[in-house]
Amino acid sequence: MTEESLNNSNISLAALKAGDRAEFARLVDATSNHIYRLALKILRDPQDAEDVLQESYIKALRALPEFEGRSSLSTWLYRIAVNEALMLLRKRRVNLVPVEEDPDEDDLQAGMVLTDWRFLPEDELLSAESRRRLEQAVDTLPETLRVVFMLRDMEGLSIRETAGMLGLTETAVKTRLLRARLKLRNQLSVYFGERLTENSSE
Amino acid sequence: MTEISNCKGLVSSISEYLDGELPPELCAELEKHMSECENCTIVVNTMRKTIDLYRQPAPDNPLPDEIKSRLYARLHLEDYLDKQIPEHP
Repeated sequence: MTEESLNNSNISLAALKAGDRAEFARLVDATSNHIYRLALKILRDPQDAEDVLQESYIKALRALPEFEGRSSLSTWLYRIAVNEALMLLRKRRVNLVPVEEDPDEDDLQAGMVLTDWRFLPEDELLSAESRRRLEQAVDTLPETLRVVFMLRDMEGLSIRETAGMLGLTETAVKTRLLRARLKLRNQLSVYFGERLTENSSE
Repeated sequence: MTEISNCKGLVSSISEYLDGELPPELCAELEKHMSECENCTIVVNTMRKTIDLYRQPAPDNPLPDEIKSRLYARLHLEDYLDKQIPEHP
C-alpha cells in the first residue's frame, strides 16, 4: 500500500476526530489520487470510480469516531475505498465467488513464454511505454483474477486480508493469484522479448 | 501436494515460493529442480521481476481537476481547494 505520501504529510488523527476541517482537507489531498486510481483499476469506469472516491470519504468521516488507529490511517481509508468498489462490482452482478476452481496444471503451463528479459535495463523496464503495457496487461485479466492481483500485489494486502475482503477462501485467493501472475508474466515476456530482439538488432 | 521435482509441479508452487510461504523442504526441492532446468529458472526469475515491476510506485499522476473540484464540493471543502494547508501544530 502506498503509505509514503500520507506518512510524509503527518495527518493528525486527533485533529481529524475533533472535526478539524483543514486537517480533513489535508487527508483528502494526500489520499484522493490513490483512491481514485485504485477504484478506476477495480471498476474500469471513470464515473463509478468517482462515485467510490466521494462515498469513501463520506463513509470514512462517519466511521472516524470508531477508528482506533490499530491500522494506519491510510490503510483504513483504502480499505473503505476497496469495499466501496467491491460493492459496486457486486451490484453489477460480477460474480466474485464462483465455484472453487482447481487449476489444471497442464493449462497453467500452456503457452509459457521462455524469454529471459529480466536483465533489460531498469529505465527500459519502467519506461512510460512499459508502464502502459503493464497497465494494459492487468486490464486484460478476467475480473476475478484482476481484483485478487490488485489487492495482493498492487495494494500489498496479505492473502488472508484479500480472502476476507473478497469473501473467498485463502486457497481460492492463492489459486487466482498464481493464475493472474502467470498470465501477466507471459504477457510481459512477449512484450519485453520483442524489446530484447529490437535491442540486439540495433 | 504436487511433486515439485518436475516442471508442472514447480509452476503450481511458484507463487508461494516467491512469497516465501513454501515450507523449507519444498523450497529445497524446487531449487534443486531449478538448478537442473533452465526453463523453470527463467520462469521463476521473470515471475519475480514481473511482481517487482507491479510493486514499483506509479509516477505521480494528479487527480483530474474537475474530479477534484466535484470531490471538494461534495465534502464541503471548497475553501481548501488548491490551497497549501499548513501542518497541524
